[in-house]
Formats: sequence, C-alpha cells, structure tokens
Amino acid sequence: MKIIILGAGQVGSTAAQQLAGEQANDVTVVDTRDEVLRDLQDRLDIRTVSGNAAHPSTLLAAGSKGADLLVALTSSDEVNMIACQIAWTLFRTPTKIARIRSGDYYGRPELFGENSIPVDLAISPEQLVTDYVERLIRYPGALQVLEFAEGRVLLVSMRALKGGKLVGHQLQALRSHIPNTEVRVAAIYRGGQSILPEGDTTIEEHDEVFFVAARDDMRLVMKEFSAEEAGVRSVVIAGAGNIGFRLAHALEGRLRVKLIERNPESSRRAAERLHNTLVLTGNAADEDLLLEENIDDADVFVAVTNAEEANILSAMLAKRLGARRVMALINKQSYADLMEGGQIDIAISPQTITIGALLEHVRRGDVVRVHSLRRGAAEAIEAIVHADERGSPIAGKRVDEITLAEGATIGAVVRGSEVIMPHHDTVIEAEDHVILFLTDRRHVGEVGRLFQAGTHE
Amino acid sequence: MNLAMVQRILGLMLLMFSLTLLVPIAVSFGFADDHHQPFLSAMAIVAGVGVLLWLPVRNVRRDLRLRDGFLIAAVFWTCLGFAGAVPLYLSDLPGLSFTDAVFEAVSGLTTSGATVIVGLDDLPKSILFYRQQLQWLGGMGIIVLAVALLPVLGIGGMSLYKAETPGPIKDQKLTPRITQTAKAMWAIYALLTAACAASFWLAGMDGFDAIGHAFSALSTGGFSTRDASLGHFDSVAIEIVATVFMFLGGVNFALHFYALRKREPGVYWQDTEFKAYFWIVASVVAFATVYLWLDGEYPTFGESLRHASLQVVSMQTSTGLLTTGFADWPGALPPLLMALTLICGCAGSTAGGMKVIRWLIVFRQGVCELKQLVHPSAELPVKIAGRPVPQRVLNAVAGFFAMYFIIFAALMFLLMIFGLDQVTAWSAIATSINNTGPGLGDVAWNFRDVPDSAKWVCLIAMLVGRLEIFTFVLLLTPAFWER
Repeated sequence: MKIIILGAGQVGSTAAQQLAGEQANDVTVVDTRDEVLRDLQDRLDIRTVSGNAAHPSTLLAAGSKGADLLVALTSSDEVNMIACQIAWTLFRTPTKIARIRSGDYYGRPELFGENSIPVDLAISPEQLVTDYVERLIRYPGALQVLEFAEGRVLLVSMRALKGGKLVGHQLQALRSHIPNTEVRVAAIYRGGQSILPEGDTTIEEHDEVFFVAARDDMRLVMKEFSAEEAGVRSVVIAGAGNIGFRLAHALEGRLRVKLIERNPESSRRAAERLHNTLVLTGNAADEDLLLEENIDDADVFVAVTNAEEANILSAMLAKRLGARRVMALINKQSYADLMEGGQIDIAISPQTITIGALLEHVRRGDVVRVHSLRRGAAEAIEAIVHADERGSPIAGKRVDEITLAEGATIGAVVRGSEVIMPHHDTVIEAEDHVILFLTDRRHVGEVGRLFQAGTHE
Repeated sequence: MNLAMVQRILGLMLLMFSLTLLVPIAVSFGFADDHHQPFLSAMAIVAGVGVLLWLPVRNVRRDLRLRDGFLIAAVFWTCLGFAGAVPLYLSDLPGLSFTDAVFEAVSGLTTSGATVIVGLDDLPKSILFYRQQLQWLGGMGIIVLAVALLPVLGIGGMSLYKAETPGPIKDQKLTPRITQTAKAMWAIYALLTAACAASFWLAGMDGFDAIGHAFSALSTGGFSTRDASLGHFDSVAIEIVATVFMFLGGVNFALHFYALRKREPGVYWQDTEFKAYFWIVASVVAFATVYLWLDGEYPTFGESLRHASLQVVSMQTSTGLLTTGFADWPGALPPLLMALTLICGCAGSTAGGMKVIRWLIVFRQGVCELKQLVHPSAELPVKIAGRPVPQRVLNAVAGFFAMYFIIFAALMFLLMIFGLDQVTAWSAIATSINNTGPGLGDVAWNFRDVPDSAKWVCLIAMLVGRLEIFTFVLLLTPAFWER
C-alpha cells in the first residue's frame, strides 16, 4: 500500500514507524522541517519530501498519483483539511485521514464527506486520549481498557495483585470462581515476557494479564486479579489544555473534579466554560498547592500538560503525597517504559492510542478496530469474517481447526448482538466479528489474510 | 453636551404627552361626568410649553450622544411629573394642593401607586382614568414609547433607551433596529394589557374598572379606581387574574417577546432570572400561607393562601394592588413583604426595585468569595446560566448596590428629620424608591397624612428609583458636566 503521511510530529513519526515496519507498505513523509525529515529517514526505511503539505506541488512530489492512503497529521486542522481536499480533487486519493483537533470542526461530522470536505476519517487525538483516560477512571485498577463491538466487549489489562482471588491459582479455577461468566485470558506478561495462557497456567503476583469479557461482567472479572478498588469519586487533573479540558468536561457531572493549570489565561477560560469543576491556577508540581487541595484524598491524579517531564514529576509528587492512582501523559517511549509500574501507575501514550485508530483504516476493509498494545509490540484487532462462493479460510470451521500464527489467540466472537467466548469447538460463521489478540504484531499480515474472502490456497 | 438637541427632543416629547390627554377628555365626554375642562386647559399648557421649547431649535439636527440620553431621561421624567400634575391641580374635585398633585402624578408615572387621595369612589371617571393611564404610560417607559413613535430620534435612540430600561445588562436588542425593539416592547405590553382587561371583565368587573385595573396590574403600578383597592370586589376570580398578570408584568418583556415569536412557553423556563423570580415568589407565598394559617389570622388554609398569594405577588412585583393589606399581619410578615419589594421583578420588566438578576449576581459573587477562602488559588468566575458575567457588569452591580443603599439611607434619615417614625420612614422610602406603593405604619394605605416636605422626599425617591439611581446621580457628578 502506498501511504503518504503529512507532518512528522509525534504522531506522524510514530505512524511512519509503525506503518513502515510492515513489509507491504511504502511510506512517504512530508514536512516543512528538513532536519526532522533527515533524522526520520536515517532511522526508518521511508521516503521524505520537504514542503508545505497543502501545496499541490508538494503532494505531487510525494507521489500522490497512485497513492492509496493520505494521512494528514500536521499541527494545523486547516492544512490537514485542505490537503485532503486537494488530494481528492487533483489526485483522487481513495482514502484520506485527517487529524482534526478543534472541537468546533470535530463536533460536526456532517462537515466531512464526499460532497463537503473529503475526509474519510477525522481523528482527534485529544478526543481519543480523553475517552481512553475516561475508561481507565471508570474501571479503577485497569491499566488499559479497550472497546470492541461498539463497546459491548472490553479488553482489559491489569496487574495481578495480592487480594485477587485468582492470584496463586491456576487459570482453570476461574470457572469455579465465577461459573456463569465468560472470560478469555488472552495473554499474560511476566517480567516483560509473554506466556501463552493455558488452563494450568498459574497467575502470579505482578503478572500483567490481558483478558476479554463482556462489558457487564467486567467488574466481577476484575476482582479475580486484584483486590476490588473503591470507586473513583474525586479526580485531580493537571493541565487545562485540550485533553485536560475535555476530560474535566466529560467527568464533571459524575465526579468531583479539580483542574490545575499554570497559565492564568487558560485557567480563566476553562473556569468560564466548565460548570462543576474547581479550576485552580498554579503549578501542579507545587507541593503546597497539592496539599492545600487535599491531594491525599484524590482517587485519581492525571497529569496531561504539554510538558511530559512536568507530567512525570507532578504525578510522582502526587503519588508521594497520597493520591491513590496517578497517570501521566508521556510521549517518549523510553520515559514511559521507565516510569510505568513504578511510581507512576499508568503512562498514557497518545501516539499508541492514535495509531490504533489509524491502523483500522490501513488494514484492509475487514478490520474494523485495531488497538496497539504494549507500545506497539502487541496488537488487538477486531475483524469481520468474510466469505464468498469460494468460501473463506475460517468461516464454517471450528476454532481448533484454525491455524493461527504464533502468539495469536481468539479472544471473543460477536455474532449480531450476542457475545460468545469461543471454546475449542465453537464454529466461526461468516459475518462474525472476531476479536484477536496478537502478542507479536509481525504476524499481523498473516492473521489478516484469514479474514479475506476467496484466499483459499 | 448638546443642549439644543436635548431641548428639541424635550419639546417634542412634551407635545406627545399632551396628546395623551385626549383619552381622558374622551372618557369625560363618554361618561358625561362634565369634567373635561381641566384636561383641555392642561393640554393647552403642556402643548404650549412643548412648542415653546421646540420652536427655537426645530432645525437642529445632531446625533445624540450617550450623555444626552441620561440628561434627557432625567430632565424629561422630572418635567413629566410636573406636566402630569397640571390636570390634577386644575381640577377642583379631588381638590389637591400643588404638592399633592405632583406627588400623585409622579407616583402614577413611576408606577409606584402611592396615593394621597381618599374617596376615590366618588371621583369623576375622567380623573380616575387619567391616574390609571399615567401608570400605564410610565410602566413600559414613555421614552421607549417616544423612541418607538418618533423616528426623529434616530440612532441616538439607543442611548435614551438604555437610560430608561431597567436591569444591569442593557445591550440586548430584540431586533436589529432600536425603533423596532421599542415597538415590539410596546406591542407586547399592549397585548398583555388587553388580555388582562378582558380577563378582569370576564371575572366580573365592569368595563371601566377592568381596563383601569389592567393598566395598573401590567404596569405594576398599583393605583386602583376604588378606595379599598382590589378588596372592593371581594372576588377570588378577580384576585387570581390580578395575581397572574402582576406576575407577568414582573417578567422580562424580552422573554414574552421570544415566547410569542417562537410560540414556545419553554423559553421562560430556560431563563435563569425567571426561574429565580418564580422560586422566590413561590417560596414566600408558601411561607406566608403557612404562617398566616398557623397564626390563625384567617380561619382556613384556603383563605390564607388566597390572601397570601395576592399580597406577596403584589409586593414582589412592586405593584401594590391589595385586598386585605399586610401591614397588620402578624410578626415577621409585614417587614418580609416590604423587603421582598427590594428584590422585585426581572430586568426588562415594568417592575421597580433592584431586580432579581442583580441579587442573583451579588449572591453568586458571595458564594464565589466563600469558595475562594477555601481554595485560594481557584479560578471562580461568577456565572449566570452557565455563562460568565463580565467583570464590567459585576462592578456595575456592586456599584449599584452601594449607591442604592447610600441613597436609601440618606432619604430615610431625611424623612425621620421631617418627623416620621422609624417604621413609617423606612417603609415609605422602600416603597417609593422601589416604585411599589403601600408601606407600613402611617403609609400602609396612603400618603395623605405625611407632611409635604416628606412627600417631596418620597417623590424624588420614586424618580430616582424609576431611572435606577445612576441616571439621576450621574447628573450630580462634575464629570458628567465636563466637556
């Protein structure tokens, strides 16, 4: 697939890295900053073009003729939209994805379409991150909460801790613990290494467990792996930028929310637009301020300012002062690896979250949802089983008849409105939505082929 | 300052006012009460003065400045007080002194409804009608009427309009053109008045009383054509009609406008000020009903509810149409009802007082201050309906409160100097500055027994209150007169 990425910022370069890592893709990256491009080209096997991303000449130089996918990720919404418009008008690029930050545009889906602004998918990283954090807050204890099948199936990862009923027991004990609930443990990571979960695998403390269950059963299942956490009642957010503001707006109806912002101008603007949030002007890494605002009573502290170092520091400070769970927005992968699981409970990586949404469109049409896991090493995908007169590689087969790539497991099957946890004798039907977990994403192409119709060997 | 222009507009407006005297003349002939003479003479005098003012400067054409608007409003309302007094002074039937005539006219025009006349039942119909008409003209604002009818005022009309319409936020125009806005306001006002008159008539009043009391209720004035006010009719139906329309008179007319244009009554409930207004009225009615009932003032709960609701709504909207009165009610109720008139109706209504919105803003500001003590670094904007109130408005409201209470106190002490007792003095000023009418003590029903000096103080309070303090106080500041 020929892919053009406009903008080599955080998300742009991560996307380039992920996409170029798949053999089938030819990636071209466009940016105005030569040195950034040079650096990127040194690291990755991609082509780079320097110039204004919205100019037809630049797009032409980037090979828009014959490109399959245009991903506009520059920092300007307007440039992104115009680039998509030009790519469509001049080059008929079939799929166009644009990052749209401003809620004013994003909140009006009717703006985007064939007859208006030709953007096939508008991605708002801020909105994606907000939703992501909101889900984490809703399921205290979870490290990651991912939705499939319109939110009816959840993939949750959490750390097994003392107090969890299953900790120290074999996986098959789940059946007797919660007899009427269907759960699939998709993967277990112990000390950074993935272990294939079998019935006789024993869950140990500090294991990171990925499991799939229906949304309504989630709370019950989570108790198996860690002592039940009290519900979240109060949240402190540091940073009233796009993410902080949206998060406060989404949470303020249900929870007590405090929002700390350093810039008085931004905090005033936030205070004017929020209704039940207490907006504080000050530095989130200021110990006195945090103590004054009873940080030790906070159930969750989320640092989402633009400066990741500040996020790390304020989250660590909040943890030390007694906040129950702290999360920090961290862009740099090395920082995230360094911090997560230590003094910071959850490192939120905006790139990983955004990439998932991007990948859904890069994969062929049968893949409806992709979530990048463990910083892109693993992947969870939701794909539709297609069949035509020549049949399909998996439709009509029992689960134990399907040869999956190494490290891939089938997590759940959604048939119509029904959520099925597959056993070895479950038969996959055409049009099922299958949720797969891949501990090694290098096998993603292999797995994807299973879902295409008529690819029988 | 553009004195020639001010003079010209003043002349034109006096001419316009003289034309309104045609209506009582018609009433006089209609009822054959043989009392048209004072109105004819008054018309000639007022029109004559108007022409004299207008003739020398009739060709002056200049745009009105903001300052001119304040000056015109203040001077015109004062002149109007005297002009309105002319027919009452000339007429021999109530036999009013000069002071009493001016007091009665100002009381009517400012929609206060405090009267010095006893024996209304025996007065000629034309005089009675004239008093009601004065209130009706003053209710929506005679300057607003002038803006609507006299296109001569042109663009500068907005500054006039601002000087007369009540409320802290005056920049809302209902329509792009100020003349149309003024016309819309008057049209709705007339429509509601007609509806009220028809309801009174259906509830059993005769045509004359129905129209008279409709004028009084919608303008939240309070003059009645009867000595015993609404109590004369002793009819539950009439009292319900009066309560409903007084309540409507206390609502922002912009809301009536939107509700009518969109044909959707939901508009009212979306308005924060209306909600506050409604809940204040509802809770005080409930409180007063229970209080009266438990105290045994009225034998039954229904009877308590009946009297409580009319009296409370009447005071809350600064109307002053009463049945039983409330001065003799037990304990906390009389001062509570007097205090209610300080809050009064919504901005942009015909009611007087300080307006619900100002209290709401001040109250929320207080709540924010309290929060700020607990969270010193919190950012706490004062919000109404989810929108932050601009600092400019906050300052204006705080300034208004300060001015209001300083003037209130000064005038009250003046009344005590003139020999009124404490209760009479404070209630007389409260009832005057809020354009309400009835007070406590010696002024519970009328102002007849108050010394002339005190009457002048009260009528100044009425004018100051009608133009919401600032307009008049402004004229006393040197900055206003500096070029």
